[in-house]
Amino acid sequence: MKRACAMLVAALLVAAAPLRAAEIPPDQRRSGYSFMGPDSKAMQDDDTANPGMLWVLDGEALWNKRPGAANNACADCHGDARASMKGVAARYPAFDKALGRPVDLEQRINLCRAQHQQAPALDYESHDLLALSAFIANQSRGMPITPDGDSQLAPFIARGHELFMQRQGQLNLACANCHDDNWDKRLAGAAITQGQPTGYPMYRLEWQTLGSLQRRLRGCMTGIRAQAYNYGAPELVELELYLMSRAAGMPIETPAVRP
Amino acid sequence: MANSLVPVVLLAAGTLAITSMARADTLVPYTVVGDGIPQSLTGRPGDAARGRALVLDRTSTCILCHSGPFPNVKFQGDLAPNLAGVGSRWSASQLRLRLVDASRFNPATIMPSFYRVDGLVHVGQNWRDKPILSAEQIEDIVAYLATLRD
Ligand code: HEC
Ligand code: HEC
Repeated sequence: MKRACAMLVAALLVAAAPLRAAEIPPDQRRSGYSFMGPDSKAMQDDDTANPGMLWVLDGEALWNKRPGAANNACADCHGDARASMKGVAARYPAFDKALGRPVDLEQRINLCRAQHQQAPALDYESHDLLALSAFIANQSRGMPITPDGDSQLAPFIARGHELFMQRQGQLNLACANCHDDNWDKRLAGAAITQGQPTGYPMYRLEWQTLGSLQRRLRGCMTGIRAQAYNYGAPELVELELYLMSRAAGMPIETPAVRP
Repeated sequence: MANSLVPVVLLAAGTLAITSMARADTLVPYTVVGDGIPQSLTGRPGDAARGRALVLDRTSTCILCHSGPFPNVKFQGDLAPNLAGVGSRWSASQLRLRLVDASRFNPATIMPSFYRVDGLVHVGQNWRDKPILSAEQIEDIVAYLATLRD
């Protein structure tokens, strides 16, 4: 019986072994784009066929509108987005000194609305917030993801990494189980991609609309039957941060198309 | 990683019998003997036809990861071994334990434990404190898998 107990202990120790996830070497990183069929690729590549461009155009119109009591348009402070917003989405989420925490692009837009436009916040996944963020991120299309270098971000990135490695939900799976360890395989019919955040907001054929990175993350969480964090939750921003640091150097594709 | 099929340590324990620490209010108690659960969780044999339907139903999750001898079924996964012939490779007792808690065979497995509610993190409200499959469903699936012989 003593022997059996020792073996049980050994078995439990093995059971506590960490996840075997290995990070993807930089030269093997691949955008979700490279997993798609020729039709979806063509749709993303051709601006006249890419449905996401409709949001980009609407975003450009909103850039010049004055929605709030301060009677300021984005353009009144930032001028021509083609110059001023170039590269911005490639380094978000970024550290906000006043708040002492990272904010993602959607949160930055809403901070500007509150502080500089005296306009009400836009909801996550609302048409206007998607349009503005798509327009801004489109100014970085083709530019390499270049994470904000503020050293105060380190603990937030580390928490995002931890979340990525954490098994969760009723199915007890971690993001890394699929996106680090099994990205060359298929889940039912779908290619499991590396989960690279290069194209957001992006047009997902399954959604029949544009959606944010947070929407995608919540989808994967619900997929493993975990409790999805609320839009804007610090955990989702931390995951976004980690994903962007994991994808450093990969080009922005916004607005991407995905199945 | 899916190929690291190691029927490990526990199996060596031979006669070791552990009554599950499952929460008695949610799960029926079961007894692991060696590398399996010899007794039906319901006390009755399962229904193989219902088991087949369950394996093919996406909400059971099996064919998200596995493929199997179902030539007419679209969109099977390739994260896990093909289920063809599993009834020859494993006894009903072993299949039952694998469904109940696959991590007993391979601690690093990605296959979920279908009849377990403890040790899980951040489970969504709709699924909290419920096993993925009921005892009846596990028995039906075991009965079906046992027919997959080559
Ligand atoms: C069981 C497998 C699985 C798990 C676990 C999982 N995902 Fe995913 N994920 C997928 C699949 C499959 C897709 C592709 C779906 C599609 O686009 O059709 C995907 C897509 C994504 C994308 C979009 C990539 C792109 O090209 O736009 C991101 C980002 C992502 N996942 C992040 C995560 C994060 C973060 C977690 C953990 C909270 C996670 N995933 C957990 C299977 C998984
Ligand atoms: C998220 C992935 C996943 C899901 C869902 C899943 N499995 Fe598995 N299964 C695996 C993997 C991976 C293995 C290989 C052994 C291991 O890693 O544990 C496996 C092994 C098996 C084996 C042994 C196969 C052999 O050839 O020896 C059986 C039987 C099995 N699974 C049945 C099922 C059934 C039935 C379901 C649904 C009720 C299911 N699995 C759901 C991933 C999965």
